[in-house]
Amino acid sequence: MAAISGGRISALTDRLSIGGEVEPVGDFSLEYAPAPESTAPVRLASQYGLFVGGEMVEPAAGRLAPTVNPATGEALAEVSVADAADVDRAVAAARTAWEGGWRDLPGAERAKYLYRVARLLQERAREFAVLETMDGGKPIRESRDLDIPLAAAHFFHYAGWADKLDYAFSGRRAAPLGVAAQVIPWNFPLLMAAWKLAPALACGNTAVLKPAPTTPLTALLLAEVLRDAELPPGVVNIITGDDAAGAALVAHPGVDKVAFTGSTEVGRAIAAEMAGTGKRLTLELGGKAANIVFDDAALDQVTEGIVNGIYFNGGQVCCAGSRLLVQETVADTVVGKLQRRMDTLRVGDPLDKNTDIGAINSQAQLDRITELVASGVAEGAELYTPECVLPERGFFHAPALFTNVSTAHRIAQEEIFGPVLSVLTFRTAEEAVDKANNTPYGLSAGIWTEKGSRILWMADRMQAGVVWANTFNRFDPASPFGGYRESGYGREGGRAGLLPYVELVA
Amino acid sequence: MTDLLAVETPAGSADAVAGVRITPVDAVGLEQRAAALCTRSIKTSSKAAALDLAIRVMDLTTLEGADTPERVEALCTRARHPDAADWSVPSVAAVCVYPELVPVAAEALASSPVAVASVAGGFPAGLAPLEARLAEVAWAVAAGADEVDIVLNRSAFLSGRYQKAYDEIVAAKQACGPAHLKVILETGELGSYDQIRRASMLAMVAGADFIKTSTGKIGTSATPAVALCMAEAIRDMAQQTGQAVGLKLAGGIRTAKQAWHYLVIVGETLGSGWLTPERFRLGASSLLNDVLMQQAKLLDGRYQRREDFSVD
Repeated sequence: MAAISGGRISALTDRLSIGGEVEPVGDFSLEYAPAPESTAPVRLASQYGLFVGGEMVEPAAGRLAPTVNPATGEALAEVSVADAADVDRAVAAARTAWEGGWRDLPGAERAKYLYRVARLLQERAREFAVLETMDGGKPIRESRDLDIPLAAAHFFHYAGWADKLDYAFSGRRAAPLGVAAQVIPWNFPLLMAAWKLAPALACGNTAVLKPAPTTPLTALLLAEVLRDAELPPGVVNIITGDDAAGAALVAHPGVDKVAFTGSTEVGRAIAAEMAGTGKRLTLELGGKAANIVFDDAALDQVTEGIVNGIYFNGGQVCCAGSRLLVQETVADTVVGKLQRRMDTLRVGDPLDKNTDIGAINSQAQLDRITELVASGVAEGAELYTPECVLPERGFFHAPALFTNVSTAHRIAQEEIFGPVLSVLTFRTAEEAVDKANNTPYGLSAGIWTEKGSRILWMADRMQAGVVWANTFNRFDPASPFGGYRESGYGREGGRAGLLPYVELVA
Repeated sequence: MTDLLAVETPAGSADAVAGVRITPVDAVGLEQRAAALCTRSIKTSSKAAALDLAIRVMDLTTLEGADTPERVEALCTRARHPDAADWSVPSVAAVCVYPELVPVAAEALASSPVAVASVAGGFPAGLAPLEARLAEVAWAVAAGADEVDIVLNRSAFLSGRYQKAYDEIVAAKQACGPAHLKVILETGELGSYDQIRRASMLAMVAGADFIKTSTGKIGTSATPAVALCMAEAIRDMAQQTGQAVGLKLAGGIRTAKQAWHYLVIVGETLGSGWLTPERFRLGASSLLNDVLMQQAKLLDGRYQRREDFSVD
């Protein structure tokens, strides 16, 4: 072969021996390359207006606020802060668009626009993924493989329903409601926008969408896509701003339907305010999901499932499997496997393709996580975190695991919304059910067992809107998602996801 | 669990073998994890070391009816110095041949760090009479084999005669004497990851120094998910007994990229302690040239022609 000259590579660069249960003999360690995704596809403007009536307009009061990259703490752009006058304008535009034709458009025509939006999202998937990661801090691996493809899939799915509404609810016709006010959270910004807009539009409603204050950019990029899809002006309006803007929107008398995803506290306030107004309301709120592991389960895949359940998006997921319930007979084994697996999690630059846990969305959220972790330690639970170097800038939190947790501890009761797992044990299936349901929430649950009959027995008894078996955090547009009790009401996804946006008439 | 029962009937239970627990495997989860590991991107400096390691853990293999002494000698030359033009390229771990060619390989590799490996025990089906199989193992070791690759008795294993499959490995281990025993599970014939995990535990508890995926003689051989499944079994074995068993992946490994996917799977599952020829092997015949080609590319940024590499 051709001579290889100079700089021979035989000398091993990294001579490391790694400890373990058995005597280490290795002299090699794998180092992953920093593999940052390029930010080239993203063109950021320095300032963004509000998307009202098909145009980008300036906010009435001219107020702007920065949106920050949580991985660096630096501002990415200035975004408009809508006030009551802007909300008025947006709701009026949505009303005009609804009465001006959208409500009377044949379903097949509405579908055409939704299909266009879905395809445009796919075409610009990389740009959306990078922007989502820059603005929200989630790992590019997740925004690229999950958030953006699923958002497109939701538009595709509901495009398919738009001309089949007459057959969706046997014997009854599905009529649109009017203007939908939709307020969404910061943990899955574009995906939540898709979950809200796609069914609303498919059913013949128009919408005013308000993204979260910390993650407005992909929604604003979506505005560009909606324009490119030639969606009639006013059918979707996107207003950015603080919590006051959200409150003004849901309280607006011109709104027929309110859909909110966010904290239980705010959800409760909205529900109180909506009472007696005749507005339709759906809420998707917090959770404290139990991930239940029986001793006959496939423990190595369980370990992956637990990791995916709680460390996916840094645990900033309302359906996160934040309470691990593990059968006592295998508790030590599972915790041991979990700790070893946690040691290999890579925390850092969200734009790096090898990163497993990115940045926490905001300083405020990081403070809340830190406070709750401290409470866990103070209350006597035992904390495990792998040794990992966190970036100096930005908002980061190492993955954390609590053992010796009692159901009375705050970390077992309150939603942490961060990469923090509490481990509890159980002896029998009945005890697992009792402990799993021992929470005011009821959004999701996971069951891990190789025994099919036990999956069904458990699923029947889980007070949770979504029950996963031998998997966790799997989403599909055809599958309804929503909560019980303090996790809210109403379903998103599938045929059930049409109901919140229609009036069934004879 | 049923470990307690199993102590009385070693290898007889479906859930445990000699007290060592056999964990079920979820196929969907396993394949997802394997696929995720194959998307890791390796640092360039680490990539060079990874290519070096791929050579150092390679069992250069020729297992054909048409193998001649000349061919084996040529392969041994290659094994000692994979790159004729650059002797700083490390030797491979072993040369793997049929028993009759072991003396040839042993002579050609004398005073070199390269080990002689021999398949034996009625390879590849393993259905010759037990006495004949054990005699073949002993013969290969006497002829100079440092390592012996036998096959699991799938006929016994798949018909639930776990004790028989287990006992045969114990006997082969005895016949091996000082030589290292690798047990080929022939994963492509086992039908499920649960069975692969069970066979892995059975072979390890019976005394295998290495467990190996495939003979290379059937269509389906090593895959990332199978490698992960076996690595997880090895991890459980180490955690439950403190015994470190090696992993050999064989069959269908042709490219450097595949090789470093496997390095990632083994490294992340078992730790860097397994990334050494003592605990990890890649059995292959055509992999070496691709690794050398990638090394050359890493050094001067260009791909060489196929003709630039030895055909042996």
